[in-house]
Amino acid sequence: MKAGATTLRGARLHAAPAPARALPRLRAPRGFGALPLLFAGLVGRSVYLQWIDNEFLQTQGSARYSRALEVPAHRGRIVDRSGEALALSTPVKSLWAFPGKFDASPAQLAELARILETPPQKITARLAANEDFAFIAKQIPPEVSERAMALRIAGLHDQNEYRRFYPGGETTAHVIGFTGDHDAGQEGIELAQQSWLAGAPGSRRVIINRRNEAVEDVAAIRAPQAGRDLALALDTRLQYLAFRELKAAIELHKAKAGGLVILDVKSGEILALANWPTYNPNRRDKVARDKMRNRALTDVFEPGSTLKPFTIAAALDAGKIRPETVIQTAPGSLTIGSHTIRDVHAAGPLTVEQVIQKSSNVGAAKVALGLPAETMWTMFTEAGFGTVPKTGFPGEVAGRLRPAKSWKPIEQATMAYGHGISVNLVQLARAYTMFATDGEVKPVTLFKTDGHVAGRPALKPETALAVRRMLELATQPGGTAPKAQVIGYRVAGKTGTAHKLEGRGYTNKYVSSFVGFAPVSQPRLVVAVMIDEPSAGQHYGGAVAAPVFSNVVGSALRMLGVPTDAPVDNVILPPPGSEILEET
Amino acid sequence: MTRVNMVLLAVLVACALSLVTSRHQARRLYVALERAQAEARAYDIEFGQLQLEQSTWGMPARVEKIAREQLKMQLPTAARTEIVALPARAETPR
Repeated sequence: MKAGATTLRGARLHAAPAPARALPRLRAPRGFGALPLLFAGLVGRSVYLQWIDNEFLQTQGSARYSRALEVPAHRGRIVDRSGEALALSTPVKSLWAFPGKFDASPAQLAELARILETPPQKITARLAANEDFAFIAKQIPPEVSERAMALRIAGLHDQNEYRRFYPGGETTAHVIGFTGDHDAGQEGIELAQQSWLAGAPGSRRVIINRRNEAVEDVAAIRAPQAGRDLALALDTRLQYLAFRELKAAIELHKAKAGGLVILDVKSGEILALANWPTYNPNRRDKVARDKMRNRALTDVFEPGSTLKPFTIAAALDAGKIRPETVIQTAPGSLTIGSHTIRDVHAAGPLTVEQVIQKSSNVGAAKVALGLPAETMWTMFTEAGFGTVPKTGFPGEVAGRLRPAKSWKPIEQATMAYGHGISVNLVQLARAYTMFATDGEVKPVTLFKTDGHVAGRPALKPETALAVRRMLELATQPGGTAPKAQVIGYRVAGKTGTAHKLEGRGYTNKYVSSFVGFAPVSQPRLVVAVMIDEPSAGQHYGGAVAAPVFSNVVGSALRMLGVPTDAPVDNVILPPPGSEILEET
Repeated sequence: MTRVNMVLLAVLVACALSLVTSRHQARRLYVALERAQAEARAYDIEFGQLQLEQSTWGMPARVEKIAREQLKMQLPTAARTEIVALPARAETPR
């Protein structure tokens, strides 16, 4: 090293001096000019990037350290009056893939199939079906999805979803309805209360660290809005009772359809609303639309004799008759123009009380013909026929009640016993609240309300009381519905058996119904039963619908702890074999 | 003069360091908050599932099915029902 240095020094010492080369004259000025220009270029570029075209770099930068997080908000629950869940959402996951990018080894595919509990062929078939997008598994529990994602298959993704469950299944299906895609209400209360129930997911921007954990909030983009819970008036126990009894009756009488409504007399709340046929909202892939109809609210029928009390009430209220006024119903038929009204069992002179008790068509028609059409129309309208019940259910119908001016005498006579007018079952139940109270028609609702709700007066209190007494007679021996009686409770009600209207005429198919209330001393519940086309031999309302009323109202009053108002041996059935009279 | 500057420098360094630590502290706490919130969400999910389970198990239809089929219970018929009247009828308007 030392030697080298010496040599170098020596070499320098002895080297000839370099020839002096003249520098180009303009080199220095050019250099001094160019350098600042270059520098200015750099400054210009940085100014441009920093202030003018900064968007690209900003987004690229923030993409590396910040992220928008979805803040989930789920749909509110639907609960019954005691808080029992009838519909609730739980988070689930769906697995999906871009089939072109999906790349799993045979072992991974087999493992995925095992986790999802499907044959591997099904997964490959799904991938082959669409080349852009394929669901591998829909709405699976989060744990299952986590296990599947842990396989780290390329091209497999998961997404968060909510699934709506209906613990009540087929018993509450028609009232609750269901949600469709994206958790949006599609039927029933789910549809009607969509804006109340739905939640809106929020979003916020956070800074993340290298482990993908949020370390700092930057900004809340959108605050999440949780869905609100909704309390219905339904009582799960009564709903099940109603459903069970209705189903049993429909099977026994081989009927086509049916409905049952229980109303709280004090508040007008719908405590139970059952329909048949029904479906399971948790598995509704192949259910016919027909089964999804809430018939008690969206279908109308001709009520038949269950309307007679309103005719009588109109006449009593107008002072045209008194309960003991005698009406001649012999010879069991009444001819008006070219039409004849008939009683199934001809009777002689009957008091107004007996007209209801024995359900005489001729008697009711004669009472109606003694009234101005306007008076009857007003009574039917006050009772709520021909107007939508406003329960808060989507698609409820008003039924048909033509204006009084267009009534012909024969029509007024047939309307007296419930033909030529159509109603739905909830309307019918609501109308009977005027006899269960002191003449007030209560507003009906599917939603929970607290305490007493004032009704709209439709009758004088003494008229309501008089009709209530007639309706109680109808359930006693000599009446049309002794099978409606309940041990320990006084009941009142009216049967109906209407020929079904098909096309242009009446057929030999029937709608059997019974509407009543109990306990008579202080009514608590109105129960309306409708059985469509019973075809196992019996079709009278007193034989088909009244026993359902009896079972439902007896059990319901006991469940609600209503004190008995009759001795325990109050049920007096006519001796076996004797015929129970029933008019249509 | 120099002494004052030194003191100010020391104060400045101390402030800077405390800023660093408090910043770090804030991030750590935020991560903890984040974890706790995730946990709360998980509990919320579990609560929903348990509610669902509870109402599914408790549905009257299922209870009755078990009562009838496994426990061989049945509804009492009218003939086997006895109603006991209260000695003094208490008015219970409900």
